[in-house]
Amino acid sequence: MTALSSWGRYPHSKPRQILPCRDAQILTLPAEPLSCLPFGNGRSYGDVCLNDDGALLCTRGLDRLIAFDPAMGLLRAEAGLLLSDILALIVPQGWFLPVTPGTQWVTLGGAVANDVHGKNHHIAGSFGNHVRAFELLRSDGERLICTPKQNIEWFQATVGGLGLTGLIAWVEIQLQRIANPWIVAENRRFASLDEFLALNDDYEARYPYIVSWIDCAARGRALGRGIYMAGMHAPPGLMKPPPVERRALTVPFAPPISLINNPSVRGFNWLYYHLPRPARGLTPYQPFFYPLDNLLEWNRLYGRRGFFQYQCVIPPLDAREALREILARIAASGQGSMLAVLKRFGKRTSGGLLSFPRPGITLALDFPNRGQKTLALLERLDEVTRQAGGAVYPAKDARMSGDSFRQYYPQWEVFSRSIDLRFSSSFWRRVMAN
Amino acid sequence: MRNILIIGATSAIAEATARRFAAAGARFYLVGRNAEKLAAIARDLEIRSGQPVTRESLDLDQLDLHPALLERAKQVLGGIDVAFIAHGILPDQAACQQSVEKTLAAIQTNALSTISLATLLANTFEQRGRGLLIVISSVAGDRGRQSNYIYGAAKGMLNLFLQGLRNRLSKKGVQVLTIKPGFVDTPMTAAFEKKGLLWAQPDQIAKGIVVAVERGRDEVYLPGFWRWIMLVIRHIPEGIFKRLKL
Repeated sequence: MTALSSWGRYPHSKPRQILPCRDAQILTLPAEPLSCLPFGNGRSYGDVCLNDDGALLCTRGLDRLIAFDPAMGLLRAEAGLLLSDILALIVPQGWFLPVTPGTQWVTLGGAVANDVHGKNHHIAGSFGNHVRAFELLRSDGERLICTPKQNIEWFQATVGGLGLTGLIAWVEIQLQRIANPWIVAENRRFASLDEFLALNDDYEARYPYIVSWIDCAARGRALGRGIYMAGMHAPPGLMKPPPVERRALTVPFAPPISLINNPSVRGFNWLYYHLPRPARGLTPYQPFFYPLDNLLEWNRLYGRRGFFQYQCVIPPLDAREALREILARIAASGQGSMLAVLKRFGKRTSGGLLSFPRPGITLALDFPNRGQKTLALLERLDEVTRQAGGAVYPAKDARMSGDSFRQYYPQWEVFSRSIDLRFSSSFWRRVMAN
Repeated sequence: MRNILIIGATSAIAEATARRFAAAGARFYLVGRNAEKLAAIARDLEIRSGQPVTRESLDLDQLDLHPALLERAKQVLGGIDVAFIAHGILPDQAACQQSVEKTLAAIQTNALSTISLATLLANTFEQRGRGLLIVISSVAGDRGRQSNYIYGAAKGMLNLFLQGLRNRLSKKGVQVLTIKPGFVDTPMTAAFEKKGLLWAQPDQIAKGIVVAVERGRDEVYLPGFWRWIMLVIRHIPEGIFKRLKL
């Protein structure tokens, strides 16, 4: 059991107990009166999957398939199964996940608990929109089958509920049909935020998958430049390109200091923007959806102190101005981010009380942990997000203030009535404390 | 490798290995003690393999039930291509030391029941002129150590038995494969502090088993570094070894 820190490698946390779950019928609780939190594959970034001084219920042992209807594309599996295992089973049979985050190494339960979103939010909404049912095990022994029509209040609290409402034993999802495993992808460079917005209006009607990278080291006239990437599942009968051999590389250890620093960020961003790339081409689905999964343990590049993710969403009306302000504040701080990702969310919401996705534009960034300096910058970004009526993503947070959280998630009080009495997390205690 | 009988199918190593065989489209006959757990595993393998899976719960300590069990498996599968014996218990060493009954019970489960099954399977395979017998033993069978020599003795007996079986059957087209895992993070070892480089995950062992099968190996240590550790441990002179706390 090595996965005790979250993906951001910050903060460090020590659970008192680690209990492996192996039976989807029984909720195993610690003998001592410790608080519990389900822990899947540890791919959320901050402290949302951590429970300092409490118990972690490790769900990776709950990884069995329960039912698969290859005619209807309905799949039911235990909550600890990884999305990568699901893809290995369903892709050869002509099905695909309805929504997928940027790594395939998250558990099914984690995808529900964080109501994850993907490149197709503008047409498909988030993961919770495709959940047909799940079973929730509560510490009082109650077992609830929740669907969009049955035990609705539990359904809405648990989708995006950060693991606090009980243990999800299994999940049933509706898959989407695909004709083959290939993706038709298109790349376009854009020189400004305005150009990005114009491209969205054009591409969203034609492509189900859209994401953009932006150069957040750029300033002045280059501010907001980036690369627009759109994709769709290839139509039937398309000639297959030659198979691509990709070997996974592993970052062997965490260097004492971060390798992600000003010169490397500036250099990388400049190169990434100017690197020639095909305007249109065919690609296997893995590098398209999971570009970083081939660089195993890439989080180690940030050194022993780890890093912060910052993902916010800004409502449409103020998006342009707020994003310009955020980018300007980052550029001025000199603390660039390698992986700045921009995406427009559609109007479809999953109904989860604490779900992050909402109409607007979302920006995701990561910053090496430089202590107070980084925290101060992120608080300055929060100022902009709050003023614009936006929100920050708990799955990627390690530092937002309680005031910010309550403003971003006004339904937190309704949600808190559904929390299981034995369940808690480092994140929850943090945002409730201040 | 189409028809696979797995005995002790609820073991974590067996389950992980079965998933790898399932991906290649194998058909299974599963035997285990816990009926509920067996049902969940069977369902999972059915979805992964796209083939129906048969299961049976049985107390394997009752040796007289073994011949009929193998007959049923043969009937259902239409012949067994691979038999994978993975059942076993980790006895409480301290409790066994105080009880002849517990010691013999541990040997019954870990050695005698396996020897019974392996004997029957060996004869079946010999008659057919083909077959693969995979048995999970342990590095603990390589040398008796004070901390778990009862488990070790049973596994040691198994190792010698399988060695002989291999010697007898290798000319008859039957492969006998002894698997010697080291520390594996499974429910069997749930009571241990799982830290350090020596611990492996069940799927790592499963991968090693599949590779060993493909390469036609006789005996493998999994992960492979245990081969070198056990080489050293086996060669420590007894005069020194008896004074060590291992």
